[in-house]
Amino acid sequence: MRYLPHTDADRRAMLAAIGVRDVDQLFVDVPAAARQSASFALPAGQGEMAVERAFTRMAGRNLSAGCAPFFIGAGLYRHHVPAAVDQLLSRGEFLTAYTPYQPEVSQGTLQYLFEFQTQAALLTGMEVANASMYDGATACAEAAVMAARVTRRRRILLSGGLHPHYRDTTGTVVRYTELDAEALAPDPLGVEDLIGRVDSRTACVVVQYPDFFGSIRDLRPLADACHAEGALLVVAVAEPVALGLIESPGAMGADIVVAEGQSLGMGLQFGGPGLGLFATRDKFVRQMPGRIVGQTLDQDGRRGFVLTLSTREQHIRREKATSNICTNSGLCALAFTMHLTLLGETGLGRLAALNHALAVRLEGKLRAIGGLKVLPGAYFNEFAVALPGGRDAAELVETLAARGILAGVPASRFYPGWPELRSVLLLAATETCSEADMDALVSALTEVL
Amino acid sequence: MPDIQTVSGNRGLAIEEKLIFEQSSPGRIGVDLPEPPPVDLDRLGGLARKSPIGLPDLSEPQMVRHYTRLSQKNYGIDTGFYPLGSCTMKHNPRLSEKVARLPGLTDLHPFQPQSTVQGALEVIDTLAFWLKGLTGMPAIAMSPAAGAHGEWCGLMAIRACHEDRGQGHRRRVLVPESAHGTNPASAAMCGFTVDPVPATADGRVDVAALKAKLGDDVACIMVTNPNTCGLFETDILEIAGATHAAGAFFYCDGANYNAIVGRVKIADLGVDCMHINLHKTFSTPHGGGGPGAGPTVLSAELAPYAPLPFVVHDGDGLRLVEHAEQQAGAKPFGRVKGYHGQFGVFIRALAYILSMGADGMRQASTDAVLNANYLLAGLKDVLTASFDGPCMHECLFDDRFLKDTGVTTLDFAKMLIDEGFHPMTMYFPLVVHGALLMEPTETESRETLDGFIAVVRALAAKAKAGAADEFKAAPRLTPRRRLDETLAARTPVLRWKAGSNGAG
Repeated sequence: MRYLPHTDADRRAMLAAIGVRDVDQLFVDVPAAARQSASFALPAGQGEMAVERAFTRMAGRNLSAGCAPFFIGAGLYRHHVPAAVDQLLSRGEFLTAYTPYQPEVSQGTLQYLFEFQTQAALLTGMEVANASMYDGATACAEAAVMAARVTRRRRILLSGGLHPHYRDTTGTVVRYTELDAEALAPDPLGVEDLIGRVDSRTACVVVQYPDFFGSIRDLRPLADACHAEGALLVVAVAEPVALGLIESPGAMGADIVVAEGQSLGMGLQFGGPGLGLFATRDKFVRQMPGRIVGQTLDQDGRRGFVLTLSTREQHIRREKATSNICTNSGLCALAFTMHLTLLGETGLGRLAALNHALAVRLEGKLRAIGGLKVLPGAYFNEFAVALPGGRDAAELVETLAARGILAGVPASRFYPGWPELRSVLLLAATETCSEADMDALVSALTEVL
Repeated sequence: MPDIQTVSGNRGLAIEEKLIFEQSSPGRIGVDLPEPPPVDLDRLGGLARKSPIGLPDLSEPQMVRHYTRLSQKNYGIDTGFYPLGSCTMKHNPRLSEKVARLPGLTDLHPFQPQSTVQGALEVIDTLAFWLKGLTGMPAIAMSPAAGAHGEWCGLMAIRACHEDRGQGHRRRVLVPESAHGTNPASAAMCGFTVDPVPATADGRVDVAALKAKLGDDVACIMVTNPNTCGLFETDILEIAGATHAAGAFFYCDGANYNAIVGRVKIADLGVDCMHINLHKTFSTPHGGGGPGAGPTVLSAELAPYAPLPFVVHDGDGLRLVEHAEQQAGAKPFGRVKGYHGQFGVFIRALAYILSMGADGMRQASTDAVLNANYLLAGLKDVLTASFDGPCMHECLFDDRFLKDTGVTTLDFAKMLIDEGFHPMTMYFPLVVHGALLMEPTETESRETLDGFIAVVRALAAKAKAGAADEFKAAPRLTPRRRLDETLAARTPVLRWKAGSNGAG
């Protein structure tokens, strides 16, 4: 086997050095009843060519996004990832390192995480960020739990514009705790009254920005209402590219901002792994979950970086820790920070403006379809539409997929129990959408609707 | 190394590297993007950003050099021997990286119509088939993102099952003292209280103490097997039997599954659920701390409570179940994360599994145990082994051999860095004093182990000969020497701010 270096001669010599006759003697502590010999009935190993062929075959059964006019978003966005990102990500010193417990031989990981934390804080308009969480949904759940810890309150209010996976993950995390998460009905029209529901028992209100249906709105009145009642405002961002163009949640009064970082550096990958960004105010840093990198000095007085504030974490605090999280998404954070370094202030602004312009252009083209209604008044690169005549969006998406067009996501995929959402379709446009893609979509829609 | 002071502060190939924020030149750019048309402010609802973000502007050549230099300050498995106990730092196959980059697998959106992603669902389903087959367990939750996440997932299934059966009063969880810190932390997240179980003098769960703690308020036990001392729990069947007799479940922490994969079926140990760290046993890269994946195998009793989503066979195709009502009999406890699991990690793990096969994995666990015992045999006369052998995939020493030398476990580890090795795990598990936990893994050759053994023996002799000052000064040959962690915690500097981060 190509990954195993020992020859049989090596094994014999090593067994002799250990002083046992055969390897089975090393497994004597395993109860005899559990020592399987040959009952696995699973295939034997294969060479590189055979394995590669198996994956090429499975890959061939998919319609990949790059082969079709593509308008799917709903929390994950298809952006072009510059070639340098993946090339550098593949370096073995990044790829095959562990969590940076030994800082003297991990300054590479520690420095990029420190830079990542700074970028995450700047982008969200917050003061401090951690070294990442699993994904946006789990970061959202952790934020809600942290808000309850900070406020010593139990009631968590989830906006109907929050991504349903974020809503469900948060609901699951608090399910058997003393916390109570109340999720409002899906809100494609942006009519829910969150301010009226905030009271002195509320730990936090969780909203998404831009929201699940694409809408962006000023969060300042909600932040003020939360703060007046002593509650925190948690803002989830599923599309961080938007923050290159629109006001940051921090500037509007958010107390905790979480985000899905997949948009930058990582590609779609069928939705995993993700990258959870988590940022907050300095005053809450000791309540923040997750790894944090800090700056310090070495023995010779030179600047260096270490994991810090670990007394919040599970390996020290055990059941009293701020979270059970152990790893972060180190390599995904690297992809994110590398892409953002290539973009910079100039590039991110340009990319965001381009995305917005393309979405506006798509909306303009969709106006040709009678009866189709774009729901949000203001949006970034995605918006929900109501199909004419109450047409079923799920059926439409299947019909168009059969024609090789990936025409967005039907809201019913997330809200099967809501017949009034059956005609709602979510459409996203990024810099990867060409004029021809949009024309293909509009012409297919015109034909089918 | 001669004590040379350079003008630049660089030392040959070891080049100092500033933060990206200290290299910015506004207007530079590392990507080519067309000039966008003027922004339609109407469609932004008055929310256009009013002030700059503060991100640095760099060109592509600067960026490439920055990350190349940073990478050169890291030690990885690709660099050398990495015997970090309980972390399983084994070779990461490059085939896994190659196939994980096939456009037909990476460029897929999780919300594409299911008819367009049957190959992706096949990857998930095939990996699930293998993990079930290897463990002998009937069901699996694929979506947990990491080991700790899988632990929590398993405990949630247990809690949901108890609640469903009117056993919601079962809230106590028995956790051995030697457990990873994630065990009690995960239990607390499920509303459980943690009751520690002591270890015996031979490094195993004290079965009598565990039995005495079992009762009708116990939800489950959490036992790592092989345990964190690198030992197989010899009384595992008795532990499982007593647990089940008390109406509780047996959660097995699968962090050390790599010691027995292909040799022992988990189901034969009486386990009800166990998470599997794909980034350990199935060799997906650790990536500097993630992403990992923690699929969790479940017994038939717990299977109905598995979280959403999951893949089922349906007619001639595969179907992703995203809502409870889409599958008869499903009583999912909820959803653990966004989307459908750590798909990119799944591809890599499956590539490893198909490459190894059942026979290769049996050989891998055998060689892992062989290598750990070889290290133990080569070192036990100069270091102090905490327990009698044989060990499983890792061997545990404590710091008795350093008594009266003035050298600590930490000093010893830092000295190994100067010798070109990554240190072992230190001060864990907590059940022995000054622990040194070494996990060589099966992908290390005999020559590598011999080289390591020779160095450790020489360093042990040096410590005993009274070279404490030299140990305290280590490491001296790294990009940075020992870093002041107290300063970092007392005066947290957690980000760059213009003019406040000192020089590089």
